[in-house]
Amino acid sequence: MAHEPSTPAFDPGSPLFLRLIEDIAQFAPHNRALGIRFVSIAERRVTLALPYDAKLVGNPLTGVLHGGAITALLDAACGMAVWVKIAEPIPIATLDLRIDYLRPATPNKEVHGCAECFRVTQNVAFVRCEAFHAGGEGDLVAVANGTFILFRSRPLGGEGQGP
Amino acid sequence: MSVLGQAVRAAREAGNISALVETIPYLRFLGVSADTSSGELVGKLAYSDPLIGNASLPALHGGAIGALLESTAILQALWELDTNALPKIVTITIDFLRSGRPVDTFAKGVITKAGRRVVNVGVEAWQEDRQRPIARAHAIFLVSPIDTAG
Repeated sequence: MAHEPSTPAFDPGSPLFLRLIEDIAQFAPHNRALGIRFVSIAERRVTLALPYDAKLVGNPLTGVLHGGAITALLDAACGMAVWVKIAEPIPIATLDLRIDYLRPATPNKEVHGCAECFRVTQNVAFVRCEAFHAGGEGDLVAVANGTFILFRSRPLGGEGQGP
Repeated sequence: MSVLGQAVRAAREAGNISALVETIPYLRFLGVSADTSSGELVGKLAYSDPLIGNASLPALHGGAIGALLESTAILQALWELDTNALPKIVTITIDFLRSGRPVDTFAKGVITKAGRRVVNVGVEAWQEDRQRPIARAHAIFLVSPIDTAG
């Protein structure tokens, strides 16, 4: 939900920036507890991975991951995508997240979450994210749409129309 | 009847859902429990450091809050409806209203519509003050009637 990178301004193409995103993704305590791993940034799309683990199972009869674990992966990937888009180390927080669970994740397979921020205004960022199994082949497990509030240091407002 | 079906039936008969919650690995891992002693089902996410998403505030991870909301909605459906299979989540929309502080979080689900196949549940999470929710969600589940469930 709320995220806050701690380093000064950066260049989105630089190794420092990549490292920052990677660190935030992997060292947030909850991401660590779930085993969430940074995979890549490509064309402003951020991909994180959630390895399969028996402790993350929601249905003990089927071995399918709990939706909450997928939620954590998607929320984390969406937040990263906002920073990649704005390339500015400001605090942000999730306003809302809608997740459609298209099909159960296959037991014993890693799930990837790939997020892209497709619109950013002074105050709000709009993000979508897809969850699928590693390798990128096969059908989507879940899709998400999220909005984030940006806590910019300059005064809010003055945009006329829209969020 | 499935193991889960037996657990649901036993939980209803005993008026205690804890044994059922214990069968779900992710809820054990997160520290989610449910209390029905007040007559309503209240989900609880016991605070622990691995729930933190932002260490500098600190604030709970949205995924942890989302998991509590989704789980409480599922438990409410299992508790209230005639189903012995886990409801399958179709979609959930979560509004994050306030930052989740590093304390215990509670949640209460309300079934807004229970059809034969589809159940709609609204659920709200709070910390010290129930009048100041930190998140709300509405979720839609597919359920199986009790006769045909696994």
